[in-house]
Amino acid sequence: MWSAFANPHKFLKFSAVAAPLFYGAGALCILWGLWQGLWIVPKDEYQGGDIMRVMFIHVPAAWLAMASYSALAVASFVWFIWRHELADIAAKAIAPLGAVWTALCLATGAIWGKPTWGTWWQWDDARMMSVLFLLFLFLGYMALRASMDSRQKAARAGAILAMVGAINVPLIKFSVDLFTSLHQPASVITADGPKMAAVYLTPLLISGLGHGLLFGGLVMTHMRTEIRQRRIARLTAQALEG
Amino acid sequence: MTVSTAPLLSASGLAILRGERVLFRGIGLKLLPGEAIVLRGANGAGKTTLLRMLAGLTRPEAGEIARPAPHHWIGHKEGIKPQETPCSHLALWAKAWGSSANIPEILEKMALTRAADVPGRYLSAGQRRRTAFARLLLEDRPLWLLDEPYTALDAAGKTLLDQVISGHLRTNGAIIASMHDTAGFPVTTEVTL
Amino acid sequence: MNAAPIWAAFRQAFAEAWAGGAGALLPLGFLGGAAVLVPLGIGTESSILRAVGPGIIWVALALSSLVTLERIFQADAEDGTLDLWLQTGAPMAAIAAAKTLAHWLAAGLPLALASPLLALMFQAQASLDLIAHLGLYALGSLAFFFWGGVGAALSATVRRGGLLISIIALPLYVPTAIFGALAMTGGIGSDGAPMLLAASTLFACAVAPYAMAAALRLAAD
Repeated sequence: MWSAFANPHKFLKFSAVAAPLFYGAGALCILWGLWQGLWIVPKDEYQGGDIMRVMFIHVPAAWLAMASYSALAVASFVWFIWRHELADIAAKAIAPLGAVWTALCLATGAIWGKPTWGTWWQWDDARMMSVLFLLFLFLGYMALRASMDSRQKAARAGAILAMVGAINVPLIKFSVDLFTSLHQPASVITADGPKMAAVYLTPLLISGLGHGLLFGGLVMTHMRTEIRQRRIARLTAQALEG
Repeated sequence: MTVSTAPLLSASGLAILRGERVLFRGIGLKLLPGEAIVLRGANGAGKTTLLRMLAGLTRPEAGEIARPAPHHWIGHKEGIKPQETPCSHLALWAKAWGSSANIPEILEKMALTRAADVPGRYLSAGQRRRTAFARLLLEDRPLWLLDEPYTALDAAGKTLLDQVISGHLRTNGAIIASMHDTAGFPVTTEVTL
Repeated sequence: MNAAPIWAAFRQAFAEAWAGGAGALLPLGFLGGAAVLVPLGIGTESSILRAVGPGIIWVALALSSLVTLERIFQADAEDGTLDLWLQTGAPMAAIAAAKTLAHWLAAGLPLALASPLLALMFQAQASLDLIAHLGLYALGSLAFFFWGGVGAALSATVRRGGLLISIIALPLYVPTAIFGALAMTGGIGSDGAPMLLAASTLFACAVAPYAMAAALRLAAD
């Protein structure tokens, strides 16, 4: 019955080393990317002048938003099939962090949009819409977990919802693309990697890597906290039982 | 009912957590035809949880349950909708279970004839309990799982229920019931949680 | 598969929807009330009303499905009926689907049937298009009920579950809302949007029952 805790133990050992490494490497990558993005690369007048430099946060945030929902879905799936407690701990840790990066993506998108499009919010930009719905998926997931009265129920309910959300994401994406394509978008952001000049691409990729490492480190720290909280709860319960 | 000695229900090594607390562990049961097991324990000991586990409603943290025979379940909540009358309630479940039982006869046996057409929201607690127990008579199933069957029943209701249960045990049925009071039917084993 | 329990679940849910919420009248009142507030809010300019009318009806359909759904599984969990349905031996996904369908028939379909009336109030031209739109509303609201049912099943044991249902179901309503609106703006038959709406509704009917079943087993646990 307690055998599932063999692996969390290994995880604690591994993450004690890995998390600080992730933080350090992530900080280096992000700082280098920002330095390149803010001071070194030339500004692109077509994309709004200096304001386009927000791209070096906005685009990694968008990548992280999508990657974190995928990670949430995978962790939920693993938990649902194998009931591995560590997978649930990971899912619980990923959700709020994913929501933060998703919100960051929306906020930086709006900041970039105001000077270039003249509006904070562009309804016919498919990416903004998709990311907004991604944020709703994260919020729904967190609200559902929070309203369950035990961690076991939170894990089960969360896993069901994350999987339902994941199979709906392609459909949502497709419908939003269709919606916006009919509204003739005047999209200026062409942040699709290969189309981009190499001068932007390298700092962008390094920034993305940095955000990924920072995210990974934070997930590990959250997971370590959660593992210990569950251990405390377990020990308290055992002590109360005598 | 054919007489056989194969267990109607067997369980071993059952354990459940409530939050992080181990509610119970290592519980095992074996129920043969004609036997009655009574579960005892203070409030919060896990009697209801164990019964729900045996019924397949709650997933055990550990352990095995084998339940080869069909069963009836009577929980704390009777499962009667506000708009359902005892008569329509029994008719619905007779339909769902494919039973052709004589419903007026069952209502009479449970002394529900006068309340037969009263909607659930106007039924007294005791009448609701009787309606739920009437479901036991809709279909002949060897195993009955009853959660605190005496709750809300008056003296006449208890006697009635005891008769129904005793009859079931005589015809090689078996029951597991959680109880606080003394049972009015022959008890084979008492399990204290 | 023994269909008797599924049919019984359908009949019980239909009776409950009809008895518990004054049948279709309550959701209809909700739809009408929500729709009537709009001209008061945005003004009575005919061209504006004609433009926003279909959108308002979609939104009102989505909202009224959420309002109706709050109780469909919560009541079962509270009164013990859920325990009984879980033990019939019939697949829970089929029972959940039957219950959802019953509630859609009692509360969703009447709203769709009332849509031409609302469309006329929003200055739409009286034409056969309104009948075609009625079909689209019916199709779309079915998807709303199935995805909303997942939210309702997940929050069956949650107090104030209605709020939770909304936030869970909202992103799942997006494709239906978009395909539905597209099918109307382009005129019936153009763009294949009605086909997409039908396909996404079919997808909802195929997938949602399994999620509902898993969520209901959790609610009883």
